[in-house]
This record gives sequence, structure tokens and C-alpha cells, in this order.
Amino acid sequence: MSNQESSLFKDALLRLTTNKLSLFSLIYIFLLVFVALITPFIAPYDYAYQDLALGASPPSSEHLLGTDTLGRDLLTRMMYGSRISLMVGFLATSVALIIGVIWGTIAGFSGGKTDAIMMRIVDTLYGIPFIILIILLMVIFGRNLVLLFLAIGAVEWLTMARIVRSQVLNLSRQEFILSAEAMGVGKLSIIFRHLIPNAMGPVIVYATLTVPQIMLLESFLSFLGLGVQPPLSSWGLLIRDGAVSMEEYWWLLIFPSLAFSLTLFSLNFIGDGLRDAIDPRTADS
Amino acid sequence: MVHSAPGGPFDEDKAVSPEVMEKLNERYNLNAPLIEQYTDYLGGVAIGDFGPSFRYPSRTVSELIFTGLPITFELAVYSIMFALLLGIGTGIISALKKNTYLDYIPMTTAMVGICVPSIILGPLLTLIFGIWLEVLPVSGWGDLAGDKILPTITLGTAYAAYCARLTRGGMLEVLNQDFIRTARAKGLSETRVVLVHALKGGLTPVIAFLGPAMAGLLAGSFVVETIFGIPGLGRFYVEAAFNRDYTMILGSSIFFSCLIIGLNLVSDLIAAAINPKLR
Amino acid sequence: MKSNLFIILLVLLTACSESIKPVDKAVENQILYIGNGTEPQDLDPHIVTGVPESKVLMALLEGLVIRNPDGPTPLPGVAMNWEISNDGKTYTFNLRKDAAWSNGDSVTAFDFVYAWKRVLLPSLGSKYPDMLYDVVNAEEFNKGSITDFSKVGVKALDNSTLQVNLKNPAPYFLELLCHYTTRPVHKATIEAFGEIDTAGSQWTRPGNFVGNGPFTLDTWELNKVIIVKKNPTYWNNAVVKLNEIHFFPVDNASREDLMFRSGQLHVTSTVPPEKVESYKDKYPDNIQVDPFYGTYYYRFNTEKAPFDNKLVRQALSLALDRTLIVEKVTKGGQQEAFSFTPPDPNSYFPPTTLEFDPKKAKELLIKAGYSDSNPFPSVDLLYNTSEGHQKLAQAIQQMWKTALDIDITLTNTDWKVYLSRQSIGDFQIARAGWIGDYIDPKSFLDMMVTGRGNNQTGWSNEEYDNLLVAAANSTSQDQRFRKFYEAEKILIDEMPIIPIYTYTRIYMLHEDVQGWGNNLLDSRPYQFVYLENKE
Repeated sequence: MSNQESSLFKDALLRLTTNKLSLFSLIYIFLLVFVALITPFIAPYDYAYQDLALGASPPSSEHLLGTDTLGRDLLTRMMYGSRISLMVGFLATSVALIIGVIWGTIAGFSGGKTDAIMMRIVDTLYGIPFIILIILLMVIFGRNLVLLFLAIGAVEWLTMARIVRSQVLNLSRQEFILSAEAMGVGKLSIIFRHLIPNAMGPVIVYATLTVPQIMLLESFLSFLGLGVQPPLSSWGLLIRDGAVSMEEYWWLLIFPSLAFSLTLFSLNFIGDGLRDAIDPRTADS
Repeated sequence: MVHSAPGGPFDEDKAVSPEVMEKLNERYNLNAPLIEQYTDYLGGVAIGDFGPSFRYPSRTVSELIFTGLPITFELAVYSIMFALLLGIGTGIISALKKNTYLDYIPMTTAMVGICVPSIILGPLLTLIFGIWLEVLPVSGWGDLAGDKILPTITLGTAYAAYCARLTRGGMLEVLNQDFIRTARAKGLSETRVVLVHALKGGLTPVIAFLGPAMAGLLAGSFVVETIFGIPGLGRFYVEAAFNRDYTMILGSSIFFSCLIIGLNLVSDLIAAAINPKLR
Repeated sequence: MKSNLFIILLVLLTACSESIKPVDKAVENQILYIGNGTEPQDLDPHIVTGVPESKVLMALLEGLVIRNPDGPTPLPGVAMNWEISNDGKTYTFNLRKDAAWSNGDSVTAFDFVYAWKRVLLPSLGSKYPDMLYDVVNAEEFNKGSITDFSKVGVKALDNSTLQVNLKNPAPYFLELLCHYTTRPVHKATIEAFGEIDTAGSQWTRPGNFVGNGPFTLDTWELNKVIIVKKNPTYWNNAVVKLNEIHFFPVDNASREDLMFRSGQLHVTSTVPPEKVESYKDKYPDNIQVDPFYGTYYYRFNTEKAPFDNKLVRQALSLALDRTLIVEKVTKGGQQEAFSFTPPDPNSYFPPTTLEFDPKKAKELLIKAGYSDSNPFPSVDLLYNTSEGHQKLAQAIQQMWKTALDIDITLTNTDWKVYLSRQSIGDFQIARAGWIGDYIDPKSFLDMMVTGRGNNQTGWSNEEYDNLLVAAANSTSQDQRFRKFYEAEKILIDEMPIIPIYTYTRIYMLHEDVQGWGNNLLDSRPYQFVYLENKE
């Protein structure tokens, strides 16, 4: 990493950890991911355990967040639901990241006709509204969780590619790249050891901001019934079920909504912070 | 492509006799070789004919699209207007009163607006204003007085929030620049400074945002139309996806794509017009 | 500036609160607002198959007889009276002379012949022709082995006399004639927009539709509303008190509930399950829990292991606690099923029982050869996407796990895939529901005859088939029912299907609605319904 890059990251980290809100956001996200990962070991109840006789009940000592209409512990379902929602968010973003980075780097580095063709493809696909494409894919290939985040990733890589490409274009003109080329370092080597690591700044910012967008999209799809299917649960499904019975069983809506909103908030906040660090012109203070 | 999906369009609740299947397949031209079906379809699309709907046999896809379109369009327009009015207005105030309470409160509210999605906001607003306070209808569009208010607010809130933040950011960026200080030094009135120069800076990111936001607005309209029972194109589309109404899904997808591409173009043009630097 | 905005908003809101309750003005205007489930596919009585369509068609078309809102015996409709021959195979209907179409034409016996020909024409592609299969040669004509319709047992002797000849005496036939498939259609209108067998033409649009029912089609806005208005040419017009009926296609139970509570609907199509309990306390006068002629069941694919073994099927049925299901899961006043056919007021009570005995279930499973050394394979349960089915499936999955230690995976698909997978036998267990088209055990038991389209279990039992044929040839209702009881016993012993509960119709009814009646098929003619504020 060049000096410029590492100081940027140090600066970003500093900003994020000193600001109280972003510290809270960081901690919250880490906790969330951590809990999601170890859920199968620490969940208070079995995922499918129903207490039919009990039915829906408000928060109590046995069920910290209450139960749903089939007597399933809400806390457990939220924990498993977070796994799905986060998984969709992170994995789809990763898919988008990988495809986008490779595509953008090749385009930016090759230049000329290859670049023109590759970006023309991006531009054409860009116009298609993402939700249409995703629903279309879901209808044709069935409602499969794996397919869902492949589909989302397949749509989100476009912007990623654009960002990477413009970064690469910038970098290509810089001295250390030109000198590497002059020295005869292989193209692949340049791409993987120099270009990609240095282009990561804006990419990471964008990725952080994409995750909440994707989670939002997944919640929309699940709400419409086109996304995650029961008996699996995701935050989108929990919110939908909660909204239906919010007058009788308020806890079924409030807790998933709070968790979901907090997650979106934290991710957006961290993303904002990172962006301000990388591009101080848009900073607040 | 759609032929490969499991579940043909005519698998109905009562077992269908082979003769009936034959008749239905004939009607929708499903027995012709695939190439022929494909070219027939493309030819139709070129003149705006997307074929009959599978779900509503006596209606064509075009008819369905143009029945639902004006309603979705109206919803979108109202939501955007709401978002722009509320968002830009709040953004201006925030930028001018930077780092005071008049900045923190709107910006925090904006953040809330982004993080409380319509699937939560819609049902909550309906409960409060429709059932508890009984001042607004809970369903429909254009049938009862005031039934457009809640859907508009539900759909527009997130965008109002984005607009507010973008306006603020854009204006601040401009306000920090040298030529603003020069203008002030020259003695130009504060209003002039704000309205003419800073506002341009604030509006640019908003306009640029609107084009791509169309796609998100579309997704949002699907949800809002479902929550409030609005007979717009979004609801038709979701229904078609559930019912495997292939002609409808294909037709509307093509239609939506053209629409969004068109709107993006328009937004690019407007952005260029406002800010010559972008050309 | 912000405070100004706020004030404007408040003013707007209060101004809006004026005219938002349609039900308040409805009594004065006699307009009924009905929540009608999904948007009707079409309004052609010979093409559609769904319940929402049938509700609208009830207003637009009238058949020979009409449903009695309070009991099983049909009332005269277009037919003033009728004679039935001693052997029960010939019906002669005398049509009233003042029966008229909405454009003024008279309704004649020839209209019925035309309509029945249309339904039975294979080229139309109607999915309900079997409603008329009791008529001589109807099935043959529909399957194409006869092409001359004059051979079919329905004839217009003159303008106002219709004669129908049946293959077998059918005590349920009159009731069957209440169904919309048997109602007349206006020939000139249909042929103005296509041939007799053109499906999906424009004849059903407002302005084109000509019907003979108490109401005419005024407006049809997709996904928004269907409005029907009082028909001035209807023969019994004097009795009709309602001026208009508005049918709202609301497919979301939660939104429909909100609409009812905010005064936009008089009647809903359902009640969200989690609200049923609280509404029995909060709105005891509005919530209706009517018994309904339908059975909710699971069907097995008996052609593949492990469900080709009767003992396994019996075991799974014994492990179901139906009482817990109806009380805690479905919670809609449903009844535990003890037979396939629901009991009915004509005194049909099958002598079968379905027990809950998890111990015996476990024993049967072992007897079938499954134990620790030969564990029961994981099987798949198919259901179509819906809150209710999902909940029940999950509860049952749990019950089977607890009692028998077997693993079930749940697969939900949309309606069409669900149907198609069953029709090609691509399932192991599937959820199903059946509502009788007319109140007679035949409408249920017929389904399980070898090879019937709606059987789909691959189950075939010669003795069962013979019993049903014997029932059809019986000379008395008593004899018929005895044969049916035998058939029910075979069904419960063999268990190709597991009946779970008997349906109820749960919906909300506004207190201003009068004359709504209560019948087992949840079907009522609107001429007896009116709105009145009975304080």
C-alpha cells in the first residue's frame, strides 16, 4: 500500500472510533455479526420449537422477547432471521464486489476497445430496474435462497464495476504503475498486486453502503412473498408477520423493526463515515 | 426462456382434460416451434402488442399495463413532489443553520426516514391515522377523500430523507468555496447568494440522484401499492409474478425497462442543463 | 415555515374526516360493499371456476332454481315449478313467462339448451363440464364421442318448457342446478363478439354483458371495484331492495380487516387468524363463524414408498392431535374431521372416527418395518403459499416429529406449481382442500374413484368404486347413504388421504346488513339482502 492509502485508512479508523455514534454503530454491527455466527450454539430455543398451547405471549422471563402465534420464541427467530438477512446482504455484496472489481479492473486497465465494449455492456444493463430483473429471475428459476443472492449480486455489480474502472483509470496514470510497466512486470501481477489493492478505498465505502440497500431490497421481496420463504425467516418476513398482528401482539412488530432499523442505521452511518474519510470534501465538519 | 420455468400457465385448480389443454395451448400459440413463438412475440412487441394475459384471458397485456400505469405514475409523481418539497426545504434550512438544532433535528429525522422502511411505516401510519384517529382512509386511490395522502407519505419519506441530505451536502460544498466568499465580499445580498448559487449546488446532486432513484421508487411502489390496495401497475406486476402470467411479466418488464431508461435520460439532460460543468 | 406547514396539514386532515365512511351513507342509498377476495379472472359463467367469480355471477345471472339462503331446498328461479318423473330420471321445468334479459328479451328454454351446449362443447375449454355429467350423453358429447347435441338429454319443448333426462336418479340434481355453470347465457350477445366457443371475448365487459339476474354489470375496474346495479327488467324486481353492490377485490386479509373497521366494507371474505379470538370479544355481533361444506386434508402419493404402505398412512393420521390443531392453530371454530365427507343437515353422519393415539401410531410404524435399525426416510410435504397452510404444516411437522420421530421437509410453491406437481405425481404428501359443489356426499366421494382427475393419490380400490356405482343406481336416499357409509369406512381404513378438519366460513358482517342468511355453501342470492339500521 502506498503511503497515501495507509494514512487514509488510519484517518478513517480514527474518525470512526472517536465519534460516539459511529463507535456505537461499529460495536453494534460487530455484536450483530458475532451473534449471528454463533446463533446455533447460543439460541435459547430450537429454531422450530413450537409451544402450541402457549401461542403468542408477551415478553416474559422464559421468552425474553415474547412468542409468535405458534408459540415460537421471538428472540430465537430474530437471531436466525438475522443470519439470513445478513447473509443475503453480505454475500450478495461480495458477489457484486468480485464481479465488479474484476470487470472494472480489466476494463480500466485494458483501455481502448475492450474498455469501450465492456462499459457499453454495463451501461445497457444499468438501465434495467433491478427489482424487475430479480423478480424475473426468481419467477424463472424458482424461489431459492442461493439464487436470491446470486440474483441480487448479479444486479449490483454494475455500479461497482464503474467505480473500480474510474479508480483504475486514475491509478494507471500514476508513476508507480507506469514504472512497473516499464520494468516489465507482468500484466496480471500489476492488476492483482498494485491496481486492485489501491482501488479498494471507494470500493469498500460503496460496499458498506450497498449492504443495507440489499437488506432493504430483501425485506421488500420477502414482504411481497417473493423472497425468503417460510419456514425460514428473515427480518423482512418477521416484520411482515408482525405488521399483520401489531395490535394484538405488539412485540412481534416492534422488536424486529427496531433491530432492522438499527442495523440499517449503523451500516449507513459507518459507510458515511468511511466516505467522509476518503473524500473529505463531503465531510460535515 | 419462460417456457423452462416449472409450472405451466394452465395448471388450474380442477384437473384439466387433455382436450381442454389442447384448446388453451392453441389459443396462446404454445404449440408452435419455439423459434416461431419467439419471433412472433418480438414482432408484436415492436408494435406494442405484448399478447394476451394468461391470468385474465379476455384482456391483453397492453390493456393491463395501460390500466395500471396512470395510477402508478400519479403515485410516483405525488411521492416525488412530496420528497422534493419536504426534502429540499429541510435541506436548505439545515445547510444554512449548520450545526445548530435546526440542523441536527432534521438530519436525524432524515436518517430515521431512511432506516424505517415503508414496510414498517405504512402499517404504522395506517393504524394511527386510519384506525385510531379515523381521519384517513386505509385503502384505495382516488375513491375516498384523502386516500392519496398515506401512500404518498409512505413512499416519499425515504426519498425526502435522501433529498434533504443531498441538498444540505451539495449546498455546503458550494458555500465553502471561494467564489461565494467573493460574492459576499462584493456585497451581494445574502438571499441572492443562497438562492442563485448555493441552491444550484444543492440541487445538482438531487437531480443526479433522481434518475437512478427511479428504479428504487419502482420497487417502493410495489410495496406501497400492495399495502394500500392501489390498483397500479406495480400490483399487477407482483400478481403476475405469483400467478406465472408469463406474457404479463415479460411485457411489463420490457415496458418498465424502457420507461426507466427514458427517465434516466431525462434526468441526465436536466442535470446538464442546470449545471453546465457536467457537460 | 415549518409551523405553517404543520397547520396546513392539520386543516387538510380535519377536512378529510368528513366523508370517509361509506357504510354510514350506505343505508340511505342501499349500496352494499363486499370484500371479494382475488380479482375475478373473467365473468363468463362457462369459463371461470373460482369463488370470487361466483359471488359476482350470483348477482348477474339466474338459473332454473335459486339457492335458498336459509336451507337446502332450492327456490324457484327462472323455473316457476317443475315435475319429476317417478323413476327420478326426467325433470320437466315450467319457465315463467315474465323472465327477461337485461336488454328486454324474454328468457326462454332455448337459452338454457344453448348454454348447456356451450358448457359441454369441448372446443370451449370449460373446466366445469362435469357438473352436467348426470344428463344423458352429456359426458359423451363433452369427450367428443358424440358430436350431435340433439342426442344430449336436454330439450326445449317450447319457449317455456325445458325437459332434462338423467342417466341415473340424482336426488341432488335440483341443488346442482343452483350452480352458475348451469345458468343461461344470452346467445345474441355472445355471438356478437365471437363464436359460441370463443373463450375470453369482450362480451363480459360492462356495456356488453346481458344477464337475467337481479343486477346488471355497470363498472369493472381491474384490481379496484366491480359495481352492479339493480336490474329493472328482472322478473322479481319488486322484491329487490338493494340499489347497488360494490365488489372489492381485496386479496390481503389484513388490509380487508382494516377496510372493514374503517367503514369501507359491509362484508369481508375472511378474518385474519390472529384476530379471530379477540374479535369474538370485541365485535361479537359482527364476526360470523358459519359451518362450511368443505374438508381440509392431506393427500398421499400412494404409488411410492413409504406411502404405499397402508400402515404408514394410518400411523401418520393417528399421530395428529386434531383438537389441538383446531383450537390452537387454525382457531376459527373449525371442527375436527372424523370422516372425509363433512356431516350435513340431510342427516348424513358417516360412522367413522379419526383418533389421536400417538402410542398406537408408533406401534403401527414399527409394524410397517420402521425402527431404529431401519429409520423412516425423510419425506416432503407440499403446500401452496399461504399463511394458514404454512402455520398448519409447521405444527403438523412438529407433531409427527414428536410422536413418531420422523423428519418432514416443508416445500411451499405458488398455486400453479402446486397444482401441476400434484397432477404429475411429483410429491409425497400434499396439502389439499375440497369444498362440495352441492350438498351431497357424492361431491366428495366421487373424487376418490379410480383415475378421477382430482384423485391424484394413485389410490385405487375396486370395492370402493363398486360401492359408488351401486349408490348411483340406488332407488332410495337411504340405500344411497348406506352405500356411501361403506365407502367412507374403506376410505378411513385405507387412508389415501388424511382428513384434518371441517371448514368454517369466518368473516365480518356489518350490523346493518339484513337477510344475509346462513347456508352450508356460503352462497346467497342478493335479492333477499338489504341494509337497515336496526337500532
